[in-house]
Amino acid sequence: MDRAATAEKIAGIIEPFNKKGVEITEASTFAGDLEFDSLTVMDFVAAIEDEFDIIISMNQQAEIESYGQLIDAVVKLQG
Amino acid sequence: MTDLFSKFDPLIELRTNLLSQGQEDPFNLVMERVVSPTEAICNGRQTILLGTYNYMGMTFDPDVIEAGKQALDDFGAGTTGSRVLNGTYAGHRAVEEALKEFYGMDHAMVFSTGYQANLGIISTVAGKGDYIVLDIDSHASIWDGCKLGDAEVVPFKHNDIEAMDKRLGRIPEGAGKLVILEGVYSMLGDIAPLKEMIAVAKKHGAMVLVDEAHSMGFIGEHGRGVAEDQGVLDDVDFVIGTFSKSVGTVGGFCVSNHPKFEILRLVCRPYVFTASLPPSVVATAATSIRKLMHAGNKRAHLWENSKILHKGLTEAGFQLGTAEPQSAIIAVIMPDLEKGAAMWEALLKEGLYVNLARPPATPANMTLLRCSLCAEHTAEQVQTIIGMFQRAGKAVGIIG
Repeated sequence: MDRAATAEKIAGIIEPFNKKGVEITEASTFAGDLEFDSLTVMDFVAAIEDEFDIIISMNQQAEIESYGQLIDAVVKLQG
Repeated sequence: MTDLFSKFDPLIELRTNLLSQGQEDPFNLVMERVVSPTEAICNGRQTILLGTYNYMGMTFDPDVIEAGKQALDDFGAGTTGSRVLNGTYAGHRAVEEALKEFYGMDHAMVFSTGYQANLGIISTVAGKGDYIVLDIDSHASIWDGCKLGDAEVVPFKHNDIEAMDKRLGRIPEGAGKLVILEGVYSMLGDIAPLKEMIAVAKKHGAMVLVDEAHSMGFIGEHGRGVAEDQGVLDDVDFVIGTFSKSVGTVGGFCVSNHPKFEILRLVCRPYVFTASLPPSVVATAATSIRKLMHAGNKRAHLWENSKILHKGLTEAGFQLGTAEPQSAIIAVIMPDLEKGAAMWEALLKEGLYVNLARPPATPANMTLLRCSLCAEHTAEQVQTIIGMFQRAGKAVGIIG
């Protein structure tokens, strides 16, 4: 799946987790802008993993701070 | 002033606010005198202990104490050395023999604490490039073991068999896999569906480590834990346990049937690079473990206590961590930290000690009053405890 299609899918997945309706750009950060706590991160990562049939280990998650970095990582993990 | 301590400012502020209202510090309690496994003088008050994990009440067992005194006389106060150098005494071998018999397993390795047992075994068994799949509610010592070993860490939702199955299925072919589960999860006192989960782990060719810290001594026919109770102990590659709960002293261990297990003694850093347990501690542990093999009546009484307290607190209107009692831990869910701390203090003033557990140690950001029962609690004490909870709960406004 190319970057645009991946980004579109992730946009759909993140919607229910974005409870405050923050406007999301590629630079938005999960901890800062979106205020995701650890539980939200777990549920959100699980939803992404299930959608794309990939694993994002916690080691990899530590490198993903922004929405754009997540899209890049998912594109890469799909191989 | 800004320095490396600035990151602790939010916590310092939280504590200052809590304590400035005259709240007794829940994390700074002193036991001036310990009367028995179930009673102590805490902050000057006669107190029933309901938060010690001293499940089988072995801390004051006369045989256990006698063994410790004898070892102090015969072997001195400490070993001053690593297990692999000058720190293995006859007592260390003897307690490992006792563990092998207790679990019916081929190998046992004793660490200086339970924390180090998880840290050591996990970090040594699963290294760089291997995958660890674990429950999100795992104990801190498990997470720290994962970090120390540098493996890829993949958590799944608490007790969710399907989530675990999916994650195991996505691990790249050829990678080493370790699944980490706990028998009893200590925050809510709930147990894991080990039978189903271990079957899934084995289907994917993963090794399985189960932490049975909160089940040893009273769950399962021989007190070997939840895996024994569910008939799957033979499928567990590593059982981790502790001496600081049912055994009644301090120390940690791993038992296993793996044919190459003994090599871990040379490559496991938290085992090698620390001093071994004092002779008196291993002597008390060995005596206690052997007595726990024949503690059927005590086990039965502990279960009775747990059921009566669970029922009493449910009927009083408290919200508990499990709908049915699944272990000797009964977690009372508090609306928030402030109310939880107030309730903790009200109970202390009634003469009852429980654990106040708060985020990040707790799941779902809950504040809990964690009660752990002891086989030495009398039926009368359990009734007294229920009365204390009712009065304190009404005073603080948690129950109507």
